Amino acid sequence: MTHNVQTITHPAVVCRRVTKDFGAGENQVRVLRGVDLDVPFGGMTLLVGPSGCGKTTLLSVVAGLLNASGGEVTVLGEDSRRMSGGEAVRFRRRNIGFVFQQYNLLPALTAAENAAVPLLAAGVPKKKAVAAASDLLSQLGLGERLHALPSQLSGGQQQRVALARALVHGPRLVVCDEPTSALDHETGNAVMELLTNIAVRPDRAVVVVTHDSRVFQFADRIAHMDDGRIVETSGAGSRPFEPVFAGVN
Amino acid sequence: MNFVAVQMLIGDRAKYLGLIFAVAFSTFLMSHQSTIFAGIMDRTTSQIKDIKDASIWVMDPKTQYFDEVKALTDDDVYRVRGVPGVEWAVPLFKGLPRAKAFDGNFRVVNMMGVDDATLVGAPRDLVLGSPEDLRKPDAVLVDRVGYEFFFPKQPYVLGRTLELNDHRVTIQGIFNSSAPFQNLPVFYARYSQALTYVGRERNLLSFVLVKAQRGLSDSEVCRRIGAATGLDAATSQEFGWQTIRYYVAHTGIPVNFGITIAIALMVGTIVAGQTFYIFTLENLKQFGALKAIGVTNWRITGMILLQALMVGAIGYSIGIAMTAAFFEITKGNLDLRGFVLFWQIAAGTGAVVLFIVMAASLMSIRRVLVLEPAVVFRG
Repeated sequence: MTHNVQTITHPAVVCRRVTKDFGAGENQVRVLRGVDLDVPFGGMTLLVGPSGCGKTTLLSVVAGLLNASGGEVTVLGEDSRRMSGGEAVRFRRRNIGFVFQQYNLLPALTAAENAAVPLLAAGVPKKKAVAAASDLLSQLGLGERLHALPSQLSGGQQQRVALARALVHGPRLVVCDEPTSALDHETGNAVMELLTNIAVRPDRAVVVVTHDSRVFQFADRIAHMDDGRIVETSGAGSRPFEPVFAGVN
Repeated sequence: MNFVAVQMLIGDRAKYLGLIFAVAFSTFLMSHQSTIFAGIMDRTTSQIKDIKDASIWVMDPKTQYFDEVKALTDDDVYRVRGVPGVEWAVPLFKGLPRAKAFDGNFRVVNMMGVDDATLVGAPRDLVLGSPEDLRKPDAVLVDRVGYEFFFPKQPYVLGRTLELNDHRVTIQGIFNSSAPFQNLPVFYARYSQALTYVGRERNLLSFVLVKAQRGLSDSEVCRRIGAATGLDAATSQEFGWQTIRYYVAHTGIPVNFGITIAIALMVGTIVAGQTFYIFTLENLKQFGALKAIGVTNWRITGMILLQALMVGAIGYSIGIAMTAAFFEITKGNLDLRGFVLFWQIAAGTGAVVLFIVMAASLMSIRRVLVLEPAVVFRG
């Protein structure tokens, strides 16, 4: 595999005055009220805040699952407003990895097959996809459970499979929704350590929505939300954005 | 992703088997009832088909179907013979006399009287004896149903006697007949003898059997006979369909079978559709995750259709195999003979099953297509 070394001169995600409304007319509810956010490459950014503050909605907009009602959203240098539905799907398939709160593993597939799904969706032959997924699962400590069904795995193991699924296709942006909320403290910490050690790379950005303060220690940058806005940014990422030197494919 | 679709389907064993059962049950019921219906309709023409020697039937113009005959005059045979294009024409009698065994057992029988001189129309598929044996005194040929009714569980032996309208007749042959509509025994005798087995009417000629001359089509000769004699002439095939149309139009048989088939169709569609929909609903989060990951709506539609087709193919195979097995097992039973799973019924049932599984998957496809992938982020 050839690695081109280049300077990444833009953040992974740029949000400017982003709004998101649900419903229409009198029932219209504004969930995001002008969000400004930069997510740099090479680190983990946490979106934190009380329930209902708009964290998950913002994550959905960043991941291209929801369209913003207003403002600008640039993800990996692409203006999401200019993407058609099909382009958005292809963009997600190539560039974004997902970790869900409830794992959302397919119950009939083994751990290796579940982790291989993004590659299968991209048209990679099954054998090759499962082999790649198995390698990654081994790195995540699940080398002995490759053929186990989700129902035969613990919560922490399932989340590690979900993590492998999020990373197997080499995405440049990984979005995680409450990845530790269904796990006990120790397992949650283990998952966050894996996320930090394996997911975070110079050419990749990781965005985690959480209200679990125990995981704050793993963040490079924390964006505090309240009532549909970013009210405070702290941590390393609160410094002015500086380009990072990264090797990318 | 086809692999993922198949695994999702078979992974939920209970619903998978439920879907297969619904389609198999529906397939079995539809193909089985359609076969019985087709078989019964086919039976109405059994004695027309069993006469292989002639291809044209001449009858009274008001004749509606085979089993209801207004007799022609004996002269009509000669009139028909005089029509240009007729190779030969022979009389055929059809009546329903009562046969009685000497132990008192009796039954109404289909009596066919064939031309004394030529024996045209006599059965060819004999188990014992020969058509030529009809020339012996008081001879009758009896089908296996008749023999086994009058002589149950006894070996086939020629020379046994029965009584027909106070006449003693001798069984000189036993033959295989196509099952008649009422499943009555079928007897054959010479024309002159057969007339003596029924109560006398002025005219007793039921049909004239005709062979067209070489080089002339049956339909052309039929037209000529009609024009020359005022009688109705039809090919064996036309007369068969005329008889079937009578039973379809004037009996409750098609309605009865139609209702059963419709219920099978509805039950199959509703049960399969509902089970498939529940299956999809329970996998909605997973489908949402796939959409989020970047699986297109087209691909997901393809996955659901693949699941539906797989269920349809397996369910159909099981159902049609059950139908085929049923008729294979029962074909040795004399009362159920003649019921055959026609390829047209198998193909038609396949088309209906395809409709069922497509209809069943439509609701599921719609539900998944309108699914917002962002749903996966909502707990």
